[in-house]
Amino acid sequence: MSIVLAGAAAALFSIGTYLVLQRKLSRIIIGLALLSHGANVLLMTSGRGGIAPLIGSGDISDFSDPLPQALALTTIVITFGVTALLLAMAYRSWLLTNDDEVDDDVVDRDVLRGGWHDKEVSDELAPDELAPDELAPDKADPAG
Amino acid sequence: MERLIPLPIVLPLLAAALASLFGRWKALQRAIGVTTLTITSAISVLLLIRVDRDGPLVMQAGEWRAPIGITLVVDRLSGIMLTIGSLMLLAVLVYAIGQPGAERNHVGFQPVYMILAAGVAGSFLTGDLFNLFVSFEMMLTASYVLLTLGGRREQVRSGMTYVVISLLASTLFITALALLYSATGTVNLADLAGRIGELPLGLRQAFAVLLVVVFGVKAALFPLFSWLPDSYPAAPGPVTAVFAGLLTKVGVYALIRTQTLLFPEGARPETLLLIAAGLTMAFGILGAIAQDDVKRILSFNIVSHIGYMVLGLALFSVGGLAAAIFYAVHHILAMTTLFLVGGLIEHVGGSSRMRELGNMVRSAPVVATLFLIPALGLAGIPPLSGFVPKLGLIQAGLATHRCLTVTIVAVSLVVSLLTLFSVIKIWVGVFWSPAVELPSGPVRTVGVLGGPPLMVLPTAALFVLGLAVAVGAGPMYRLCERAATDLLHPHAYLSAVLG
Repeated sequence: MSIVLAGAAAALFSIGTYLVLQRKLSRIIIGLALLSHGANVLLMTSGRGGIAPLIGSGDISDFSDPLPQALALTTIVITFGVTALLLAMAYRSWLLTNDDEVDDDVVDRDVLRGGWHDKEVSDELAPDELAPDELAPDKADPAG
Repeated sequence: MERLIPLPIVLPLLAAALASLFGRWKALQRAIGVTTLTITSAISVLLLIRVDRDGPLVMQAGEWRAPIGITLVVDRLSGIMLTIGSLMLLAVLVYAIGQPGAERNHVGFQPVYMILAAGVAGSFLTGDLFNLFVSFEMMLTASYVLLTLGGRREQVRSGMTYVVISLLASTLFITALALLYSATGTVNLADLAGRIGELPLGLRQAFAVLLVVVFGVKAALFPLFSWLPDSYPAAPGPVTAVFAGLLTKVGVYALIRTQTLLFPEGARPETLLLIAAGLTMAFGILGAIAQDDVKRILSFNIVSHIGYMVLGLALFSVGGLAAAIFYAVHHILAMTTLFLVGGLIEHVGGSSRMRELGNMVRSAPVVATLFLIPALGLAGIPPLSGFVPKLGLIQAGLATHRCLTVTIVAVSLVVSLLTLFSVIKIWVGVFWSPAVELPSGPVRTVGVLGGPPLMVLPTAALFVLGLAVAVGAGPMYRLCERAATDLLHPHAYLSAVLG
């Protein structure tokens, strides 16, 4: 059984790594999901197998180890949340650029060329320069 | 006193819930945030004083004894980090309230900021490796949201790199956890410290290196740092200040904690850490010199200075670790102040690019002062706060009489000089050079302070705290030495946790 699980973890890790190395965001996200599945499968193999660990239902030495299952459940929830956030960001990126590719670092490219002609990164934009759906409901009151 | 330990985690979480309820009332939301962080700072100071007097404090959640239950531990190191972290989070929150920008335009800022505070406190307080993972995730997820809160193109682009790399590191962390658990059957740090000794040497070394890689990504260690200078400058000013000051230091804290507690002498990857430290310093500072943007120069400086802390860790001596802890405190204060000043520069000049700025020493003399002193401190000019830990590192490094260590110490001296060069580059470009005529820049009227009082005062508070660390370097250094002794001889920690 643990050979099968180890094989599954290895397969998930290798496919995940391959996908993460791609340039398309959607593939990277699927790759990350596979990688975290691989880690979870590995987590499941780290405990002892056996019957359900309910006190009174049998001999304690037959019980499976419940801790890795609890840990795996927690990591599943966490990766679920982060993957959802990542998908939202990928969608946002697609809305803004109409493209699924990961850009190079703009400033790095310019340092390489010896010039700085890209758009400036400033965080003090007026509220109306932000995208409309990111605004607070009380934008009518900028003094807050 | 033990009952106070979970409060730095629980209070910000409650505040986050309350703040999201009162999203429409900005003033109330702000009051909740500032009050909570003030209380957390007070609690952490109390905890630090108590821990320094009586030894580690432990809270076993729900009276479940370690290693079964969830354990929260405060010892000197976590006390120091928690105190300085809470104070800095408070100062930056006030700054964010004062700045026209990030915080004002978004209802989500305050709740997410509180969750970040809870995650940072959790990482410092937790006594087991799995909760360290959970706290890290809490902190990182909050940081993903804060980084991309504006939803602008550069933010999404650089945020993507940051999220993907952090998520990869987290996956690696889970993998390391799974392997450690199957080898030892526990995730409690104190329990692991005993059981890891029973493993074969090769396995122990493999775990040590695996954890170095996991935390090396979070701490921006060479060659895992490339995400940092790319993503940090895209965030709003105060957010970058928190990231710069705190997040990488949480990674360094986790490195110090796991390498000293879990791995006994012989299994520690000293040579690897030494070489990584030297390369981190050198590559970080060379990157800084090539940049033109104030925030990016400072971001590369973060990377470079992580190398000093890792150098202190790699020496595994009381002197080295004490210097590393002192360096972390100094770096949190100096780096945050500098990034907050970066925000002020942007506020006054309407840009953070040096070619578009100039003559600010006349137009905003207060900002110039607030920049110059921490910048010189960063380079290690005596008697400022960067000098003492650098001296400590050099002494501890030379005391080892190893060829490699001495080489890395020499590298650290050269890097200090180059740090001075990089901050002087900002000084000349922003403050001394003649003013540039902007084609269509926003013309701002700045008062005597050089910005809104709520932006300048927190910066000044951190500035004064940095000076206080320099003035009180003696007692502070002795405290760090006691913390370092605890780390190398963790009997008190182990007996406090395992009872």
